[in-house]
Amino acid sequence: MDVLRRSVIGTSLAVVAALGLSACGGGGDDSGESNTLRVTLVNHVWTENIKQALPEFEKQTGLKVEVTQLGEDQLSDQYNVKLNAGSSDIDVMMYRPLQEGKLFAKNKYLADLTDKTKGNAAFGFDDFQAGPVQATSYEDKVVGVPIITEQEVLYYRKDLLSKAGYSAPPKTLDELKSMAAKIQAENAGTAGFVARTGKAAAVTQFSSFLYSFGGDFVDGSGKATVNSDQAKQAYAYYGGLLKDHGPQNISTDMSWSEAMAIFTQGKAAFYTEANSLYKNATDPAKSKVSDTVGFAPFPAGPAGSKPYNVPSWALGINESSKNQSNAWKFIEWAAGKDQTLAQQKAGVPGARTSVWANPEGIATYPKDLADAIAISTANGVGHDRPLVVKVAEAREIVGQPIVDAITGKDVAGSTATANEAFQKLLDDEK
Amino acid sequence: MAVIASTPPSSTDTSAWSRWANNHRKWLFAAPAMVFVGALIIFPLAWTLYLSLTDAEGSVRAESEFIGFANYLEVLSDTDRFWPAVLRTFGFTGVALFFEVVLGMAVALLLWRPFRGEKWVRVAILMPLVATPVAVGMMWRLIFDPNIGMANQLLGWFGIGPQPWLAGQHSALPTTIFIDVWQWTPMVVLILLAGLTSLSNEPDEAARVDGANAWQRFRHITLPLLMPTVIVAILLRGIDALKTFDILYATKGRGGGSFHEVETLNVYAYGLSFDYNEYGVSSTVLIIFFLIIIGSMWALTSRRKKGAR
Repeated sequence: MDVLRRSVIGTSLAVVAALGLSACGGGGDDSGESNTLRVTLVNHVWTENIKQALPEFEKQTGLKVEVTQLGEDQLSDQYNVKLNAGSSDIDVMMYRPLQEGKLFAKNKYLADLTDKTKGNAAFGFDDFQAGPVQATSYEDKVVGVPIITEQEVLYYRKDLLSKAGYSAPPKTLDELKSMAAKIQAENAGTAGFVARTGKAAAVTQFSSFLYSFGGDFVDGSGKATVNSDQAKQAYAYYGGLLKDHGPQNISTDMSWSEAMAIFTQGKAAFYTEANSLYKNATDPAKSKVSDTVGFAPFPAGPAGSKPYNVPSWALGINESSKNQSNAWKFIEWAAGKDQTLAQQKAGVPGARTSVWANPEGIATYPKDLADAIAISTANGVGHDRPLVVKVAEAREIVGQPIVDAITGKDVAGSTATANEAFQKLLDDEK
Repeated sequence: MAVIASTPPSSTDTSAWSRWANNHRKWLFAAPAMVFVGALIIFPLAWTLYLSLTDAEGSVRAESEFIGFANYLEVLSDTDRFWPAVLRTFGFTGVALFFEVVLGMAVALLLWRPFRGEKWVRVAILMPLVATPVAVGMMWRLIFDPNIGMANQLLGWFGIGPQPWLAGQHSALPTTIFIDVWQWTPMVVLILLAGLTSLSNEPDEAARVDGANAWQRFRHITLPLLMPTVIVAILLRGIDALKTFDILYATKGRGGGSFHEVETLNVYAYGLSFDYNEYGVSSTVLIIFFLIIIGSMWALTSRRKKGAR
């Protein structure tokens, strides 16, 4: 019996060990310029589209492409481990210029692409929008090629609006608030408004509110300004809207997937979110409200309608990769004019001016969304989070007043604390 | 061993080699294990210890300065993130362990004696154990969703209003403890059941003849005899619970939620290193955490030895 006991304990130990070990993994081998190209991409509509088109690229070039596909956070962790170790088993990397761009460039993880981008007329680097190109440059060197741009727009439910007697979506933030309140009062179980609530996740979508109230994270002289009067109003407005007219028992951990789920389950009337995710709301397979969803430009605040307009994803080449010229071939193709247009048609907003000028490029967009994007691109702000090296930490700091406002805590006290901490971070980075 | 020594050498070259090998055979045989321990346990530990004494941040390959115990001072005086995380780590472990051992014991006693359908019940009880923790986390996250989750729907049928569960600032930690208990009680059952099966029936029967009731027999016969196994279960599960990461990360994400509701030491150290890229401070937290675990393990094993005596 003792043998049985031991073997049972042994087995359970082995199970525990296996569960623990399964979290580890990785490793790699060093090879020279090879025909196998290792590309790391994020879960995104863009990635799905590019994977379908890959055979065409492989046929053209004779290269074999190995795609690793990960969620945002996992991708970030993967880069932290592999790039830190100087691993050469990533060739092309999809990254977030505003989130990791500065850190990666500073750590010299990203290869210098200046000559490659400018040396190829057919690629047409001039075609890329200036804002995104700026975000993928570091100390006057091009380190990435922007592939996806994002603007914040207002998603809304046409049916709920017309039921409440409204003929048009709100033009201002004041209207948004009163309409959300009315719809919520008239429809039990439906929230007037939903948006991201997670401390770090909400920062990007909150930024448009901040700008539209006339604030920003940092002023022209590099001082933290998250406790300016405008910022306080913006925090109070965003948090208050979610607290008073948001879903019941609102979680303070929601990123876009949770907030989007509430909206697409038909549980909310308004939702402010990045336009690049619109397919989640219009695709009948994913959304219960696919035929009643409408899009509108970001509502105007005291300082007007000031949504962000940013490059959310870019392609870069790992500095330690031994396959850099092949990696560049991939970028030339994937960020080239043809693929960008194809992506744009499939609903992924591109960073090339030509695809927006081309009527074909916006033909597949819902009409109201295309109009909203055009307006956002015209008066958008080029960043949606503090532009620092330690972005993750900064987002948690400036995001704290958001969750404090949502949970009904003192906003003024919270912004004062946040401003002090944020200023310290800015000083440390100088 | 004499066989190895008397093997006729084919040339002087191999004879020198075999003589050397023979003289050093205790090292040679132990070498693979020593290399393994050195490369996979001692080196990482020493490296972490070294990092904890530097200001490494941003990139591990970037130059960092040796700053002595400054990180330790910073961490140990941090009442904002570090100490609350220590409290949560022990709160989580203590409460989860208590329920796991009590429930585990109850279930093990139920399953001890043969009954019809025993096999099926055992399989069903072991299900949570074989599920991967991240999948478990995702599943419970859906069930406990305050708006579209099943848990609140269920409460609604009994006329109870919706609860925030994982979303609440104060209910998140208890909810994750519940998930941990759900997942890991079966392991305790497994260990205790193995211990129970190995017990002899005689003391129990003697007590029965003497007129002891079920509770008395459990309290004075079964439990003392089972004590060494109980300590093993507590030890295994306790160390594992202290290090819990997967369930917390899968349900609340980075930083253990917007208010760090479920941020334990492990989650905190992970955030320091993967979100903030502060490798020095992160290593410091990990070294302190390591010492805490070694300490708790030592306390428990010394009790176990006493219990065994």
